[in-house]
Amino acid sequence: MSTPMSTHAVHPVHSSEPLLSVRDLRVTFGRRGEQPFKAVDGISFDVRPGQTVGLVGESGCGKSVTSLAIMGLLPTRGNTVEGSAVFDGEDLLRLSPGQMRDRRGREIAMIFQDPLSSLNPVVQIGRQVTEVMERHQGLSRKEAMPKAAELLERVGIPDPKARLVNYPHQLSGGMRQRALIAMALACKPRLLIADEPTTALDVTIQAQILALLKELVVETGTALVMITHDLGVVAGLCDEVNVLYGGRIVERGDRHTLFSRPRHPYTVGLLNSIPRLDAPRGEALSPIPGSVADNLPWDSACAFAPRCPNALDVCVQQTPEWEGDDVVGLRCFNPMGVSR
Amino acid sequence: MTPTPELPPERTTYAERRSQRIDALASASAAEEGGVSLIKSAWRRLRRNPVFLVGLAITVAFIALALVAPWLAPWDPAARPLLDDVRPQSNPVPGPEAGHPLGADDKGRDLLSRLLVGSQQTLLVGVLATFFGLLGGLVLGTLAGAVGGWIDSLVMRIVDVMLSIPSLLLAFTLAALATRPSQWTLIIAIATVQVPIFARLLRGSMLAQRASDHVLAARSLGVKQRAIVFRHMLPNALGPVIVQATLVLAVAIIDAAALSFLGLGNPDDRRPEWGQMLGKAQPFLGEAPHLAFYPAACIIVVALGFTLMGESLREALDPKTRR
Amino acid sequence: MLRFVLRRLIQMVGVVLVLSVLVFVWLRSLPGGPVSALLGERGTPERRAALEKALGLDQPLPVQYLRYMERAVQGDFGVSTKVLPGEDALDIFFARLPATIELSFFALVIAIALGIPLGYLAARRKGTPLDTTTVIFSLVGVAVPVFFTGFLLKYFFAVEWNLLPVSGRQSTGLDATRVTGLFVLDGILTREWDAAWDALKHLVLPAVALATIPFAVIFRITRASVLDVLDEDYVRTAEAKGLTAQVIRGRHVLRNAILPVVTTVGLQVGALLSGAVLTETVFSIRGIGDALATAFRDKDYPVLQVLIIAAAAIYVLVNLLVDIAYAVIDPRIRTR
Repeated sequence: MSTPMSTHAVHPVHSSEPLLSVRDLRVTFGRRGEQPFKAVDGISFDVRPGQTVGLVGESGCGKSVTSLAIMGLLPTRGNTVEGSAVFDGEDLLRLSPGQMRDRRGREIAMIFQDPLSSLNPVVQIGRQVTEVMERHQGLSRKEAMPKAAELLERVGIPDPKARLVNYPHQLSGGMRQRALIAMALACKPRLLIADEPTTALDVTIQAQILALLKELVVETGTALVMITHDLGVVAGLCDEVNVLYGGRIVERGDRHTLFSRPRHPYTVGLLNSIPRLDAPRGEALSPIPGSVADNLPWDSACAFAPRCPNALDVCVQQTPEWEGDDVVGLRCFNPMGVSR
Repeated sequence: MTPTPELPPERTTYAERRSQRIDALASASAAEEGGVSLIKSAWRRLRRNPVFLVGLAITVAFIALALVAPWLAPWDPAARPLLDDVRPQSNPVPGPEAGHPLGADDKGRDLLSRLLVGSQQTLLVGVLATFFGLLGGLVLGTLAGAVGGWIDSLVMRIVDVMLSIPSLLLAFTLAALATRPSQWTLIIAIATVQVPIFARLLRGSMLAQRASDHVLAARSLGVKQRAIVFRHMLPNALGPVIVQATLVLAVAIIDAAALSFLGLGNPDDRRPEWGQMLGKAQPFLGEAPHLAFYPAACIIVVALGFTLMGESLREALDPKTRR
Repeated sequence: MLRFVLRRLIQMVGVVLVLSVLVFVWLRSLPGGPVSALLGERGTPERRAALEKALGLDQPLPVQYLRYMERAVQGDFGVSTKVLPGEDALDIFFARLPATIELSFFALVIAIALGIPLGYLAARRKGTPLDTTTVIFSLVGVAVPVFFTGFLLKYFFAVEWNLLPVSGRQSTGLDATRVTGLFVLDGILTREWDAAWDALKHLVLPAVALATIPFAVIFRITRASVLDVLDEDYVRTAEAKGLTAQVIRGRHVLRNAILPVVTTVGLQVGALLSGAVLTETVFSIRGIGDALATAFRDKDYPVLQVLIIAAAAIYVLVNLLVDIAYAVIDPRIRTR
């Protein structure tokens, strides 16, 4: 079994108390009579005010489920959520649906992957922005409209007044994602969760949206949890990076350390599969062999072992324990750069 | 070269909208994997679906009953053993008595025997109406879908006009045009209104098939057009057609009752049919409601059986619910 | 928008024209045709020939059709032979129209008022007993022949329990003022409340009987549509905004889920027209359906053609209106 961190090591850089503290979060899917599936298998991490934390991994590693569990947005039936997610002194997982509803959109906001399908096609953009303020700030629609225009302008939408009465299909992909960001920031939340916010966009637009997010985070002091499969996104944005595999965190560190001295073979594999323009000619990309379908159960092995170039015998016989704290850590028997 | 797949276009006319629902059903299975694995995976889901199993049980029981009915029936359905008990004024419909557990109809014929034997004609009406409707739709739809061009446009215009008349009303009209109503005019009237629906369904399937990979592969290998249509396209287009046929069986049995009720059905009642029995029971509803209730109950149960089966088949074949 | 409406109107005229040709050809190609219908079995060859000449039936078909259309555009579709012998066929249509409009309207109101909320609830509580029960009920509703539903309702509510009137549109002996021919509306307009109430009581059973199939269809489409919408990302976005359950239901779920239902309601007018033939017969309501039933049974061809073409025209027209409504409520079409 894994040991969740119990110490609150005080790091010199982030001296403040965590805004969100996730401890031993477990999400299990599976109805009666079905083999239960552990989508999230004991994840712990902290987010401090103003900090940007990345959750990185392939699809199926549990990163999106983690965010939905924190938001209380998992379907009500067919899953169990254990552990805790303490936000501002309250465990979000213990709140009633009504209490959670009061916090969503005001304290914690979220932006999603596909901006077109995430916007209501038959409601005007303006209305979709104002409804958050109407709900949480008690504003009337009339009072909220000029604020909505300001927000749209703030996220870089040209001619915001005209856009208020547009419908999503009349906007470009980048504009839609900007509008979604405006909605998320409408009530100045203290925590923003971005689930693959750039994946559905063109490459040039991706860079713009990332720049916008970075700017907004700095400006408003909002903490950001960035969920992505793309280490390139992480490199430009995150203070701390968590690499997830098979529902557990396998490596953690600040982005400089993680990028310059990755230790977990999976992290190395992720880094090597990023195409680089400055790579020497002729050097082949080295994708990670196999897929998540090859995973072993964490109970008695390292889930990544079947795909791991560094795997030892012990990797398929024992569960690697978490070695580290809430700032830096690793879950590996045979990390890179250590010869045995 | 290969035609582009027909995407759900931005259609807005009502008939096309009605058609769209048919097309949606058509494309549901067509774009999916090949016929065999499709049916296999559908069957795996169906086996555990109680709705389907109930529908299947009813259907199997009904067909079995229809097959053995003549041996089960204690009396000849045309014989009038209780004729002497019929008193037009005081006792128009003789009640149950020894040997006649359900009593008799207004002509002194054993009601139980008529209900049992009636299952045969009911099955016949349902199956034949569906068969002819399917056959007509098959010819038109295959023609339109496989050949395309102006034949396609022409066939589809005819189909659209037919769909612009409410279908049951069209069946009434067709049946009313026959000077001498019979079992056959009834079957043909019901079958005809199903033709445009089947035709659209098949055409939609065929178009989706025509653009699919395995047809493309066959074509690039130089397989003849006719072989492609009959060996590759048609078999894969059958899924939605089977679903529709199951539902039409129910509709045909119900519609037959409606036609008989309006006096447009078979006037010869020596070989009974449930719809006809129900239609002819109407004058006696006040005195002998059971005369109508028994055949009605039979129709409802059987129609429900086919509907349950069809709906769960549709669900099983719908890729949306398969995730 | 205007061009859209115009294009649909032209299409509609086209459909009705093609229909008139088809109906005309069908009717003329009958074995015996109208002459047999008029003379019955008594017709001697001489009488038949004379009548054929008098009716212009000895002319070639295209000529006959042109003459027929010439009269038709003047509103002359011929004279009823059986429904109301001697009466102008088009007059019969207009005289019978209000009863059918009233009946269909109430049936549609019942179907919508029950079908949409129940469809929403069933989808929201998918898999619960409420869902299963309503789904089974809707499946049974489709399996029962409409006229038999009518009989059941009539038998129990009118004959056995004596709660509601057995048949007709108003009690005999009630003297009500007529304005529109829609009895309930007339009672309200003239403030003859007892007449309105009486007419409403007469409407309940036939309207419920007629509503069963449209209800079942609207219910199932609503349920399926809501289920689809509940899976949409924008509903999750709305939840992530912390919006209240009412706002999510109204603005985000129903406003999207209702779009396919609107089209379905238009298509159900077809079921209403077919069902009216059966329901009006069961409840002795003198409407278009009842006239059609008589025309079908007794081969009153002039009345039959008027009513069939009119029914198709109504069906097409209603769906045209539904298309326009759809374009208005769906911004993706409106703002294209």
